[in-house]
Amino acid sequence: MAKPASNLKKRGVELFNWFDKRLPISDFWEAHLAGYYAPKNFNFWYFFGSLAMLVLVIQIVTGIFLTMHYKPSAEDAFASVEYIMRDVEWGWLIRYMHTTGASLFFVVVYLHMFRGLMYGSYRKPRELIWIFGMIIYVLLMAEAFMGYILPWGQMSYWGAQVIVSLFGAVPKFGGLITEWIRGDYFIADATLNRFFALHVIAVPIMLLLLVVLHLSALHQVGSNNPDGIEIKEHKGKDGKPLDGIPFHPYYTVKDIFGVGVFLFIFAFIIFFSPDLGGLFLEHDNFVPADSMVTPIHIKPSWYFTPFYAILRAVPDKLAGVITMFSAIIMLFLLPWLDRSPVKSIRYRGWITKFLIILFAAAFIRLGMLGLGEGTIAETIESRIWTFIYFAFFALLWFFSKHEKTKPVPERVTK
Amino acid sequence: MTRLIKNNVLFAALLMLFSATVAASGGGGLKQVNVNVQDTGALQRGAVEFVNNCLSCHAAAYMRYSRLGQDLGLSDDQVRESFLPANAKIGDTMTVSMSDDEAKAWFGNKAPDLSVIGRARGANWLYAYLTSFYQDDSGQWNNTVFPDVAMPHVLWNLQGIQKAVYHEEDDGYGGVHNVFSHFEMTSPGTQSVEEYEQTVHDLVTYLVYMGEPARIQRESIGVWVLLFLVLFTFVAYLLKVEYWKDIH
Amino acid sequence: MSSDDKNHQQGADMGRRRMLIGATSALGAVGVGFVAVPFLKSWMPSARAKAVGAPVEVDLRTVKPDQIIKVMWRGQTIGIMNRSKKLLDRIGGHDEQLSDPGSAVIDQQPEFAVNEFRSMKPEWLVLNMHCTHLGCIPQVLPEPGAYAWEADWPGGFFCPCHKSKFDLSGRVFKGVPAPTNLIIPPYSFLDNNTLIIGVSGAA
Repeated sequence: MAKPASNLKKRGVELFNWFDKRLPISDFWEAHLAGYYAPKNFNFWYFFGSLAMLVLVIQIVTGIFLTMHYKPSAEDAFASVEYIMRDVEWGWLIRYMHTTGASLFFVVVYLHMFRGLMYGSYRKPRELIWIFGMIIYVLLMAEAFMGYILPWGQMSYWGAQVIVSLFGAVPKFGGLITEWIRGDYFIADATLNRFFALHVIAVPIMLLLLVVLHLSALHQVGSNNPDGIEIKEHKGKDGKPLDGIPFHPYYTVKDIFGVGVFLFIFAFIIFFSPDLGGLFLEHDNFVPADSMVTPIHIKPSWYFTPFYAILRAVPDKLAGVITMFSAIIMLFLLPWLDRSPVKSIRYRGWITKFLIILFAAAFIRLGMLGLGEGTIAETIESRIWTFIYFAFFALLWFFSKHEKTKPVPERVTK
Repeated sequence: MTRLIKNNVLFAALLMLFSATVAASGGGGLKQVNVNVQDTGALQRGAVEFVNNCLSCHAAAYMRYSRLGQDLGLSDDQVRESFLPANAKIGDTMTVSMSDDEAKAWFGNKAPDLSVIGRARGANWLYAYLTSFYQDDSGQWNNTVFPDVAMPHVLWNLQGIQKAVYHEEDDGYGGVHNVFSHFEMTSPGTQSVEEYEQTVHDLVTYLVYMGEPARIQRESIGVWVLLFLVLFTFVAYLLKVEYWKDIH
Repeated sequence: MSSDDKNHQQGADMGRRRMLIGATSALGAVGVGFVAVPFLKSWMPSARAKAVGAPVEVDLRTVKPDQIIKVMWRGQTIGIMNRSKKLLDRIGGHDEQLSDPGSAVIDQQPEFAVNEFRSMKPEWLVLNMHCTHLGCIPQVLPEPGAYAWEADWPGGFFCPCHKSKFDLSGRVFKGVPAPTNLIIPPYSFLDNNTLIIGVSGAA
């Protein structure tokens, strides 16, 4: 009885070897998983990289299935979404996975970025990882914006109207540019159709490429860690970092656990509160697009609201648009603005420590203000937080270089 | 260990901010109405009200009669008997014969499709809207939730006719405004106040269901999915702990 | 991967690890299996397709004797022919020229149509008109006679695409590309004047 089994195993090994000689399977496994040494002191904040990958996969798979039933035309789009929700078997589940996935993508990415900010993961030699990550973030915003247009509800329509009009702030050519983006004199069928193409093909391809670049750059220099020190500086006799552990199996099993927790939250929202009180799916978007009536309370999806609040805080069209885009551009410059002798927030001086927390608070508070109705008090508060948002970058640059730091340990701490 | 606590506190704070924002985005000063789409009785009564009173002008062009039967525990024959118009088929959607042009001529507006009104407006608003019709001094129908609404009060013979009572209020800037205070029944309907509220509650339950028929299925499957994920996460946690015994 | 991995603790409980890997993988596989079902099922005919494909009622009073009308059911052209005695007489007498005179191939008709006339009531032929070769719609040629492609035509259906021939019961002649008789869809009679296509009746 044992013989055929072992025979089968031998056959399997032979088959694997046949492929391995022709394709670098085990080399890849060794370089990026079993032989990739990651610092052993990763904490809670290090779950979000792998979770972002998981969400990307979920979005691609559910997105492919949605395109099979969705119709990208102004005439049919709204009805085809309801068709998915009612007539397609399990269509509602696939769509909720996609809509919930979109929002959770931003939750995960924002936490991932905040991790980078806390532990100085963008600092030399990891500037490129941060730049690639920021490009991913910008692409993700474009992807989310164009995906939001597709259901062709009132919020889709007027969201598109507002965002596309931002480009109208460009002096002299504004009108021409907006017309070119829309392909019509108003947000119309042509606009929907081209955003669909970009949403399902162009941007996802770029996203995948950027993810490859992001990870290649990461594996070239190795991972940072909560202590912000280089594990490669202390190697054992075998040439492996003393504070490093193989990504597989240690971080794969850890991440699988993280995936379980994440999926629980994901499933809870999908099955019990898919619109999350109007935050993940807005009520007004269940009214078909109507170019004659603007919804009374128009606001972007929650993940854009910090930038929306900044836009609303500035009482001038062009200046507002420039300020809003600068808010994103500043993030790209972080690797060079931060000049501290240490990477991790654990060993920074109290001023920059405070600045980072204040910056996070500004971002969250602006996000909440962006959801508001834009009362006078909210606008004034938005201006204050906008000022703080930008002041952070200047003050970080100013204070970080000569800040009084705590001594950084040689080896990672628990 | 203190770091672990710090991290968790930070994360909990984020979560709280997040849920506070969610909570703040709801509300709006309307009476809180809880509907239960698993209540088949309410759905059946609401469906009858809907088909008899709303469907003559408003369509629900995404809602199929066959789906209604499946979800409300009715056989195709029962649906044919109680809901289906004479020339319609069981798989048809709830369309109406009144054209948009006719509606515009009669009511000054086309009657919106109600398929997803439960999601667009929410239960609280719908309930308030359907209980807030009144006749103004000139004998015109109006509504405190939807001022100058084009729709007449279709359920008036059930609810009766009420009028709105206002009281004067100082706005603090020297102006005095008429502010709505309460309704006064001028001619009672065939239902008592409680009966009418129940009728509207049933109707709203139906509208919420119709906005998302999958909701019935969604909630009942959800429990099993979550239980499975708890099991998976627990085993994955044991696996993680087992491997991490190696790390010091 | 290597056996001298420095991190492998002495005396790590390898049995427990294997058990936990097995349990996690098994649960993961079950989960993926469950998730796959909705995605696969989303390809099945939707409620709309089912509604459009619902049974079709036909008022038989509109079909005059020896005439055929065509209706659509599930995207298929269904012919309904009112065969008088004249046409029914043209059906017998050429069994030896047919591939399947007794309707032995079961999938080609409901059980009630396993007879010479391939119908529930001899006079009413209800036929999926699409040729069983490659799906063209054959011409209806009930009159016997000599044709360019057949010297002694008994009357029936002739497919212009690849010259397949069927008799007035839709039975295929030998020596043509079509492999089987034309398909009889499920149908029944609501009353004497109303046919319903898509609901199978008893014989």
